[in-house]
Amino acid sequence: MSSVTYTFRDFWEQAKANKLAYYYILPAFLVMGLVVLYPFVYNLVLSFSNMNLSHFKEWDLVGMKQYVKVFTDPMFYSVLLKNIIWTIINLIFHVTLGVGLALILNNPLRGRAIFRTLLVLPWAVPQYITALTWRGMFNYRYGAVNLWLIKISPFIEKVNSFFESLFGVGFGMPPYEWLSSPTGAFSAAIITNIWLGFPFMMIVALGALQSIPPDMYEVADIDGASRWQKFWHITVPLIRPAMIPAITLGIIWTFNNFNVIWLVSNGGNPSDSTHILVSYVYKAVFTHYRYAYSAAFSVVIFLILLIFGVYFMRKTKATESVY
Amino acid sequence: MKSQSKLKRNPRWMTIGQYLIIIAFTLFAIYPILRVFTISLRPGDMLHSTSLAIIPENWTFANYKQLFTQEDFLIWMRNSSLVSLFTTILGVGLASTAGYGFSRYRFPGHKTGLITLITTQMFPLTMLLLPLFIMLVKLQIYDTLIGLVIAYSATALPFTVWQMKGYYDTIPVSLEEAARIDGCNEFMAFYRIILPLAAPALVITALFAFMTAWSEYLVAAVLISDQNLFTLPLGLKQFQSNFDTQWGLYAAGALIVSIPVMVLFLSLSRWLVSGLTLGSVKG
Repeated sequence: MSSVTYTFRDFWEQAKANKLAYYYILPAFLVMGLVVLYPFVYNLVLSFSNMNLSHFKEWDLVGMKQYVKVFTDPMFYSVLLKNIIWTIINLIFHVTLGVGLALILNNPLRGRAIFRTLLVLPWAVPQYITALTWRGMFNYRYGAVNLWLIKISPFIEKVNSFFESLFGVGFGMPPYEWLSSPTGAFSAAIITNIWLGFPFMMIVALGALQSIPPDMYEVADIDGASRWQKFWHITVPLIRPAMIPAITLGIIWTFNNFNVIWLVSNGGNPSDSTHILVSYVYKAVFTHYRYAYSAAFSVVIFLILLIFGVYFMRKTKATESVY
Repeated sequence: MKSQSKLKRNPRWMTIGQYLIIIAFTLFAIYPILRVFTISLRPGDMLHSTSLAIIPENWTFANYKQLFTQEDFLIWMRNSSLVSLFTTILGVGLASTAGYGFSRYRFPGHKTGLITLITTQMFPLTMLLLPLFIMLVKLQIYDTLIGLVIAYSATALPFTVWQMKGYYDTIPVSLEEAARIDGCNEFMAFYRIILPLAAPALVITALFAFMTAWSEYLVAAVLISDQNLFTLPLGLKQFQSNFDTQWGLYAAGALIVSIPVMVLFLSLSRWLVSGLTLGSVKG
């Protein structure tokens, strides 16, 4: 491949020599083409058009107009910011909880198998059920979250007064307005998403931890390494190859995770304050019928992730070994 | 695991601390599921209750009974089962062959194909839903379960193809060469020798495809509007979309829907650990 005289003829020869390979991948790519690639191209065309409910049949190409609209909409920037905060907070919790619990589970604890089994459960529950269930638990009057918080309110009072003495403002006493205030609804969605996301990281980390040969730690013990040193110099470098692809996937999945934000906040409530980019577009499509605008918006979301993804993979060489 | 005893033992306070942390997070992990169970057992007059008891007063299976006798639950169940079954079959068929092609051949377009697959993971769902929706409206072919099966198979493919490729990579090529010498053609070597060896990866692929179809809400919400074609997610959401949420019915339904997936998942979780990390740690 690296030779300079690589011509179309060589390409053809190689393709012919590997004819069978194309038969193997063809069915998968036909389905992908139909459901993913064709809509992708169609969406791209739409994004340069003026299609909406009144221009549904006769639409024209109007150039970059929709993109200009996206970038001049101040909502775009606030939703983007929220989307980034959403992704970062979730990933921080997913990774620290996942790795932390995996480290504990990697010890010879009693009942280890049971703990591991129970801790994986949130991953197994269908996402929409998780979201709808947590929405119920965040209910102001009957939800379990507020009921429990009221039960431990003497403790919360102490934490609250500590905060007040420190910052001058506290966070008030339960019951909290989880779903009817913007911060509350956003926090509720984040808590829900942390719940369903940490087991994936835990399982990946656990698999990686189990493949570290124990004698590496023995040698480190002989050399008098501290716990901290062993963690940073043996554990971290050795689980890194497994964690980086998982984190990359985690970021991509979380950034575009429509289900949780949409179902917990019941469509971005209160009054469209709880959106990430993808739920904002969904609303623009199916509530406001702004088709072309939404198509352009989707392309922008994709480009943001693509630029991030390429940069991140370059930086971490996430997929290098796999080709 | 015997060699672990040679390691420096953790001090006592640390072991206790570890137990406390793991127990706290286990409670965090199972509490919502437990809560759904509680609510599903409540009698109709107790749905608005502020009790935190795990087994409610006057508990009853009335919600389950109503679900199976009065609601459209069985229709949703049938639709979801059909869609999930065919998605699994199609998904496994497509991923097992495509993964093999990517693992064993270095053809022009090899790298491009693999990168294209990852790239599609970055598509926001609206980018595909909007065109699909407009296409379906213009072609007047709304409301088909086959449409769902094809859409779900495609959504699951990128992940499962990579997964299968990673697994095939660990199976030595010499096995196929031996089979070829014994007179198999290329396809038979794949079908008879390699495919059975890849059983663990096939199981994970099947699980992933099944879960995708069984648990998907949004695509179904856009592509299906006929009540007789509702899948379980659409049906369960309906319990909540009314002005007065039918918590008891929702909880009973949610539990019935989740239990098979949880059982499947847990019985396969050992394979999941190796399957997910294999591709990245094989070096």
